[in-house]
Order: sequence, then C-alpha cells, then structure tokens
Amino acid sequence: MTTASIVQPSLWTMLTPRWRSALARLRQEQSGAGGRVLLLALVGFMFWAAVFGIAYRVLRYFRGVAEIGNLMAGKVLGVILLAFLSLLLLSNIITALSTFFLAKDLDLLIAAPIDRSRLYLSKLAETIVHSSWMVALLALPIFTAYGIVYQGGPWYPVVALAAFIPYLVMPAVVGTAITLILVNVFPARRTRELLGLMATGTIVIALAMLRFLRPEQLAQPEGFRNLVDYLAVLRTPTSPLLPSEWTAAMIMNWLLHIGDPWPIVKLWGVAPVAVALGGLLHRWLYHRGFSKAQEGAERKIRRPLRGPVAGFLRFLPVSKREFILKDLRLFFRDNTQWSQLILLAVLLIVYLFNIKSLPLHSGERVPFRLVTLISFLNLGLAGFVLSAVAARFIFPAISLEGRQMWLIRSSPLDPQAMLWSKYWVGTVPLLVLALVITVFTNWLLHAGVFMMAVAVGTIVLYTLAASALALSFGALYPQFGTENAAQIPTSFGGLVYMMSSLSLLAAIIMVQAGPVAARLRIDQFGYPPGHTTAELVAVGSIVVATCAAATIIPLRMALRTVERMEW
Amino acid sequence: MIRLVQLTKRYGKFTAVDGIDLVIPTGELFGFLGPNGAGKTTTFRMIAGILQPTSGTVEIGGIDIIHRPLEAKQRLGFIPDRPFVYDKLTGGEFLRFAAALYGQEGPAIERRIDELLEMFELSRWKDELTETYSHGMRQKLIISGALVHRPEVIVVDEPMVGLDPKSARLLKDLFRHFVDRGGTVLMSTHTLEVAETMCDQIAIVHGGKIVAHGTMAEVREQTSSEDLGLEDLFLKLTGGLRDQQLDTILEG
Repeated sequence: MTTASIVQPSLWTMLTPRWRSALARLRQEQSGAGGRVLLLALVGFMFWAAVFGIAYRVLRYFRGVAEIGNLMAGKVLGVILLAFLSLLLLSNIITALSTFFLAKDLDLLIAAPIDRSRLYLSKLAETIVHSSWMVALLALPIFTAYGIVYQGGPWYPVVALAAFIPYLVMPAVVGTAITLILVNVFPARRTRELLGLMATGTIVIALAMLRFLRPEQLAQPEGFRNLVDYLAVLRTPTSPLLPSEWTAAMIMNWLLHIGDPWPIVKLWGVAPVAVALGGLLHRWLYHRGFSKAQEGAERKIRRPLRGPVAGFLRFLPVSKREFILKDLRLFFRDNTQWSQLILLAVLLIVYLFNIKSLPLHSGERVPFRLVTLISFLNLGLAGFVLSAVAARFIFPAISLEGRQMWLIRSSPLDPQAMLWSKYWVGTVPLLVLALVITVFTNWLLHAGVFMMAVAVGTIVLYTLAASALALSFGALYPQFGTENAAQIPTSFGGLVYMMSSLSLLAAIIMVQAGPVAARLRIDQFGYPPGHTTAELVAVGSIVVATCAAATIIPLRMALRTVERMEW
Repeated sequence: MIRLVQLTKRYGKFTAVDGIDLVIPTGELFGFLGPNGAGKTTTFRMIAGILQPTSGTVEIGGIDIIHRPLEAKQRLGFIPDRPFVYDKLTGGEFLRFAAALYGQEGPAIERRIDELLEMFELSRWKDELTETYSHGMRQKLIISGALVHRPEVIVVDEPMVGLDPKSARLLKDLFRHFVDRGGTVLMSTHTLEVAETMCDQIAIVHGGKIVAHGTMAEVREQTSSEDLGLEDLFLKLTGGLRDQQLDTILEG
C-alpha cells in the first residue's frame, strides 16, 4: 500500500474524542448537581454583567468626547487585546507541551498511519481551544459593549468573530513553534520546568515594561506640550506589527464606518501563512522532539526537606505533619509550582510601586473623597492580589493529589485532617502576605488608625474566606489528569473560583464603604453628626458573618465532596 | 478476616457489583478471578474504602469500613492495579509518608523501610525521585508502602503486572509467609496458574456476581467440571469465544 492510498481521517474525526469527552463531562456535571450549575450560571452572569457594565460606562464616556473619544476607544481596545495576546502566547506555550508531547493519546495517534500535517492541525486546534477559551469568555462582554455603544448593527458579531479567530490562531502557532524548538533542545520533563521559568520571565518583563512605560500618561493630557502632540500619540499604533492592533483596527473600522481593508487582509493573510509555516516546522522537528520527550530525567535529591521544618511542626500528630511536609516538598521540587512565586513577587513590587507613585501626598491638595476612594480601591486591589495568589497555590491543592488519592483514601487518614492540612498550609502564608501588603500600603497612603484597623480586619476575614473558597472550588472542579500544575488555576473551576471570590470582595467593600466613609468624614471634618458607631457595628457584624459563612460553608462542602469522591 | 455482605455498586443504571456475599477467613490467601469488567477492581476499591458502596457492608477484621473507616483502614494494606505515586518524592520519602498515614514513625519505621527496599532491590534508588522509576520499580514501591505499617489484611489488585520473574516469585513467597503467620490476602489476578498454585480458595466473578466460590476442588464439584483445569473452568463459567467465532474474526 502506498502512502498516497492510505485514507486519512478528517480533522473532525481526529478531534472527535476531545469534543465528545467535553460533552460527556458537561452532561455528567449537569445531571449530578443542579444547584452547582445554577450557582455557576449566577456567578458567571454577575461577573459578565460587571465587566460589561464597566466597559459600557467607559465607552459611553469616550463616545461623548469629540475626536479624542473614538481614538481613545480604539487605543484601549488595542491595549486590552495586546494584554490578552501576551497571555495567549504564554498559555499556548505551556498548553502545547501537554497537547503535543505529553498527552496520553499521542502513543495511539503517532502509532497510527496519520499524516503529520493532519496531526499538527488537530493538535493545534486542541491547543487553541484549551489556551484561549478563557480569554474568549473575557473578551465577549467587552466586544459586546463596543458593539452596543457604537451601534455596530446586526453584522457586528460576524465582524467581531472574523477579527477574533485569526487573532487567536497566531499566538497558538507561535507558542506551539516555541515549544517545538525547546523540546528539541531539552528533554520534555526539563522543558516543562524551563517553560515555567520562561513564562515567569516573560511576564516579569511584560509587567515591568507596562509599569515603566506608564500607559496611564495617556489619561493625563496635561502632561503633553499641546493637543496636537497628544492626538499624534493617540493616532500612532502602539504595536503595528502585532495581530492585536490589526484586530482592534478591524473592529474600530467597522464601528466607525472607515473603509480600510488592510487590517482584514493582514489578519486573514498572515494567519493561514503562519499555520502553513508552523506545519512545515512541525514536519521537520516534531518526530525528533517527540522521541526526545519520552526520555526521563534522572535526578537525585540534594537537600531533603527535614530538620528545621519538621522540628517546627513537631507539635502535630505524625500523619498531619508528614502530610504537610509532603505538600511542601512537592511544591518546592515542582518548578511549575514554585516558579510562580517569582511572578507573585513581581506583581507585589508593581503593586507597591503604583501605590507609592500616587500623587496623594506630593504637596498638592487632593480632595478627601479621592483619598477615601483610593483607600477602598487599595483594599479591593489587595483582595484581588490575594484571590489570584489563592487561585495559583490553594485552588490546585486537591487536584495535585490526583491519581495518588488511592493512598490517602485507603489509609486511616481522616479526610477532614487532609483538608485541614491543605487549608492551613495555604492560608498561613496568605495571611502573612495579606497583613504585609495591607499594613504597608496603608502606611504608604498615610491612612489613619481607624482606616488601618478596618483594612486589616477586612483583609484577614477575607483571606480566610478566599482560602476556603479556593480549596472548595478546587475540590468541586478537580483536574486530576492534568500534566502541568500551572494549568490547573486556568481551568473552568479556577475561573468560577475567581468570579466567586471577587464577588465576595465586592460585596464586602460595598457594604462597609458608606458607613466607613461617613466615619472618616467625621474624624476629618467633625460633620455630619450621626449614629455612625451603631452603623459601623452593624456593618462590621454583617462583614464578619458573611466572611464566616464564606469560610465555613465552602469548607463543609469541600469535606463532603472529598468524602464522596470516587475515582 | 474480610466479610462482604450483599455488596452492591451501581453507576446510574449499570450494576458493576451485584450483591456479593463473601467471607475470607483469617490466615488464607484468597484469589478473586474474573474477566475484564467483571467488577473485581470496583469490589477491591470498595473494600479499601475508596469507593462508597451503593448498598451492602464491608468488614475488615470485624470492623465496618463505612461506619468506622479509620479503625478498619488501620488494619488494611491496599495495593492498587496502577502504580501511581508522587513523582517528586523519593522512594524513601514515599515510604515514610505511607507509614505516617498510619500514625507510625521513628527508628523502627526507618529500619523497616530499609528492610523493604533491600528486599525489593530498591535500596540504590532510595534517594531518587520516583519519576525516574520504571513501572516495575513503582509497583514494588507501592507493595512496600502497603507492608510498611504491618497490616493484618492485604488487598491486592493484579500484583504481578510489570514485575520481573524474580520479583514475582518474591511476592508469591512473601504472601505465603504473610498468611502462614496469620495474615489475610485477597488478590485478584488474570494469571490463572498463579491462582491455582497459590490460593487456598478462589471466587470467580462475572457480571458483578460470584458464579463459583471455594477451594479448587469445591469449585470443580460445584460446576460439575472435575476433569477441567482452572483455565478451562474459568472459560466455561465466564463464556470464552468458540473456535468458530475465532475463525470468523481471523478470516475477516
């Protein structure tokens, strides 16, 4: 039989196991727990509504400003898509390693007489879906807001989709190519570790650039010599060679009725060429890389984690102590886990740098209202950082137990003890972090004793709840089969957790904002007189009760889920 | 001793294990045989407390694993069919962790770990991450993990898969010594020769039910197959393909 006479399966056939598995999982989820689906729908709707609401208000404001408004709207879309593009690139690099080199179905596919380009296209499609769905979900309310504010008409969704699809394909092709080259240079297990570091490095550079280029200057026209200079900056594309700019231009051209075909030509010309080139590279390098990826890396442990840490945990019973030590060992030995600490450090530095560079105490008189607003925004930001950290480090805790759960479940270790260990291993460092950033930023903001107390109290309560939510959603939506720890927080459950914890954060801040601001006004100006102490006590009680409920109920749910888990 | 009473597991409309009643006495090596999908692994996972039965009870040494799980599990050593261990722990660390789950630590456990690793010829790899281990080495590590806390009962699913002949022989001898000293072993295997030579009693499961149970002689008598070997007996009870069907398949 000649190569030409072998009938090749269609791309759709090759993707069948994937979409059928996804459908089966969805059906299982739906049949299993109606309440969970309802909760998910509710949280998802609230989050989308919030993103849409913010985008809508900002765009309405832009639309009201003649000339500059439309330019600003385009610029903002370009910046958002640029940020998404960097996320997509990183996500594709990491995902491609799993889909192209470590997935369990590869032995079957490679042993079958399947053409390499067919394999490339099917795995590329899989990579795109895995790495891009979250960005697509986030982009949806933003694109919708653009369409509504600028009255895009009935064809707008088609135009937006036509602009978005090639935008998703290009970073996937580039990310896959980077992974392919890396795997050919390093064995896959090492590459995965290298990728963790590389991804962290890229984000560090991106964050640093964003911070030091100071894009917020665009929002301060007074910094420019005259209006012409400012308009010139707005009109110049930020990154004319990147697909984010072409997508933004295609959408804005449609919305503003500008007849410029170049963005469409660039998007739909470059994307297929990129796929073709990616296919060629794949044909050339894949087999060698795949073979290399099967080679394990031999490693001895130089510094086993015992001594001081074990001594510090001496007060615990042996099962809990060894469980905690085991989790710590796995964390520090897995580069995909510990390398995220670097990212966290950079995020913190950028955050503190931002707070420090606020011109609140530079000598100019800043309205009291603005200072109060910033204090609450800071609380929100600190909460957001803590949620993100919990998503990275606490959410994956149950999933990482994964296929080894047989050992835990067949042993006399109480599931409650397991959850207890996982909760505190994650929560204690998070609490330390929460206290450090809250106290430090409030000190930078020259906050008074009252505001400091409110911030510290709120953040401690919120941290306990966010940890519990992260652990619980991790148990409700486990990713036992995952090959890469860094991918777990970007799963569907991770998204639901982030939406839930941020909704809780927003609720807490909204509840306490009014009475706390009133009290701050009294402290500052001595008016208006009122029963603020009673109000504060009531609001404090609500916050404590809400956070306690958001801590205890999810932990109980997690315990029930873990007890009933079957695999 | 292990006692199963009307043990049932359903997944939706599918019944994987269908009302199994079985007593495995102390000091016996018991073979659990059956074709793929007969319900063996599901039964073992229920005995180990990993799966919750839909109905029925499991007792380990007279203790109900559903109502008093921690006490029952304390007596048990479970060896699963697939050797998943923590990739980023060394062999020594894994065994120390396994012992700690049963509340055991100290110099005695360290000695026990060294003995087990020595017995399974893993001492050289004690301080290496298990991600570098072969399938067989992982299997031996898991078996060591099940023995480290000195259980009364061992439940082992397909123990010989992935083991070299020397290790397989070692394991057979180990289980024999274990039951001779008053322990109980429940073992599933597809290697019928192993079951025939090693086990004191066997049970053959098919479609989630026990279709024959007892010593080899008793099973032959129950099924009126006095002159059949275990392989033919197994095929008779579980429905092997007829020659005509095989011919059809091979001829296409």
